[in-house]
Amino acid sequence: MKRIIFILLSNPLSLLGLFLVTLVIILAIFADFIAPFPEHRGAVVDFVNFNKAPEWPYIMGTDLVGRDIFSRIIYAYRISLLLGVFVLSIAVPIGVTMGLIAGYMGGKTEYILMRITDVFLSIPPLVLAMSIMGLLEPTLINGMLAVTVMWWPWYTRLVYNIARSEKEEGYVLAAEIIGASKTHIIFREILPNCLPAIVTKMTLDFGFVILIASSLSFLGLGVQPPTPDLGSMVAGGATYLPDSWWLTVFPGLAILVAVFGFNLVGDALRDVLGAD
Amino acid sequence: MPTSFIILFKRLFTSFIVLIGVSMLIFTIARIIPGDPARIALGPNATLEAVANLRANLHLDESIIVQYGYFIWNLLHGDLGISLYTNRPVLLDIGQFLPATLELVFVAGFIMVAIGLPLGAIAARYRGKFIDHVIRILSLLGVSAPSFVWAVILMLMFAFYLPIFPIAGRITDSYTIQAVTGFLLLDTLIAGEYRAFGDAFWHLILPAFALALSGIGQAARLTRANMIETYDKPYIEMAQSYGFSEKRIASKFAFKPSLIPSMTIIGLDFAAMLGNAFLVEAVFAWPGLSRYGVAVILRKDLNAIVGTVLVISATFLIVNIIVDLLIAFINPRIRFSTRRS
Repeated sequence: MKRIIFILLSNPLSLLGLFLVTLVIILAIFADFIAPFPEHRGAVVDFVNFNKAPEWPYIMGTDLVGRDIFSRIIYAYRISLLLGVFVLSIAVPIGVTMGLIAGYMGGKTEYILMRITDVFLSIPPLVLAMSIMGLLEPTLINGMLAVTVMWWPWYTRLVYNIARSEKEEGYVLAAEIIGASKTHIIFREILPNCLPAIVTKMTLDFGFVILIASSLSFLGLGVQPPTPDLGSMVAGGATYLPDSWWLTVFPGLAILVAVFGFNLVGDALRDVLGAD
Repeated sequence: MPTSFIILFKRLFTSFIVLIGVSMLIFTIARIIPGDPARIALGPNATLEAVANLRANLHLDESIIVQYGYFIWNLLHGDLGISLYTNRPVLLDIGQFLPATLELVFVAGFIMVAIGLPLGAIAARYRGKFIDHVIRILSLLGVSAPSFVWAVILMLMFAFYLPIFPIAGRITDSYTIQAVTGFLLLDTLIAGEYRAFGDAFWHLILPAFALALSGIGQAARLTRANMIETYDKPYIEMAQSYGFSEKRIASKFAFKPSLIPSMTIIGLDFAAMLGNAFLVEAVFAWPGLSRYGVAVILRKDLNAIVGTVLVISATFLIVNIIVDLLIAFINPRIRFSTRRS
């Protein structure tokens, strides 16, 4: 553990990643204290200061109804991160369990489970989420559900491949010989060896959940106004390009910064943990 | 080659099962939603009788299994039902919009391979050097923004501030091209209108790049990782000790085996691109499946949603079969048993 932290801190790129991730998390948690205009996260209208280019105190300008874009970005981060926590804390246990079972049991169980996974994997993630979202009412909870439904198969696939090769290892054979139960072998013997790969993927996925959620709301199928969301902010401003560039560019960059941070950390973790 | 026929057949069979699964999944989602599709289609002012009639027409009163049976029966006859949004057969609607989307995705896929693979190979060849770090940052940046953000940024830079490329659309309105395939790049050539071909190509560049950027990053990273792994193999060491030039080792011995895992992922990336095309099309007002897809989703047009998802998934499966065949073509050692995952 100490070694891992040391390596992460000694590489400038992963240091930058850690900095960006910490920054985004702090902004999200302490949004109420950091945002210059906390009330602008809701349906506030200020027609005196609408559509203003960046100038003090609106460092990223204001939107079409006069709300501070910087404040709204901070609150959007909070929702994006919550979404990430929600999606991964449901999708990862399901996906990992399915992958472990398919990889270790083999035979018919493997065939059926992996074909089900294939079904989910062969619908483009965004299209699957869109159709679920479109058929249900577009609320935040449904958005989380839609993203969760498309997320677990990736973990099944990842863990399945590791479990399939791990089960041939000597330690699994040893456990089988002393009569350990299947549950014990799957969760206490094989699972720990999948953890580096799972942790790496989760770090990367935090970024990708933010990405896909913003894509959904960009199409008008995600978080609904007036709740601030990076995707719908970009969509709302896109028609006012190039004159009111701050409406789209800052929310767009905000997505880039957050996802880039998670990617840098995940990439560094992959190198350190040797996970694929 | 009889073995590749067996491979192809087995893959086709699996893909067929997966496609059935997709149809069941999307059909179930479409049918368990709250709200009456017949009522939504006819609007709040329709009489109870009209709603009941439409329900009977759409077999909505039968059990879900019977409904699925009707659906499959019609599907086998090439009938995906009538779109409640456009009042036209769904297949006709999709046939009209799909080519534009496919054209965009294919060109983006080509850009992804043509730029991503060489970048990854260069990064692996100069591992740990300055250029490797630059490529790493660039490819990470590429995957770090959704394609609509890249679309907006590219549009601002290369259509507004530096007006090199057109802002939106597929082709300048003054050209009227007879639609044969629906792919403008082909149709213009068939019509012999080379200036229109150039114009359509020019329109494609920005959207295709916006769509390809995240794929380029992924392809580059993957190729780099695979090539580094290959570089550690004994036969590379042997080639080095024989005194083959570094260039020859890189291009001949290390690159080809690394292609195989990359290609599998590129096949999967194609699915992401089909989805992301929705985002890029929205920014560039590209007349593809995106606007239709979003419109039918917002209107809960069941037949159209099911049809759209089914056609997109089928496209994806076909592309993956092609990728598998290409892999078998590159590496004759690859047999079905080792590629089942």
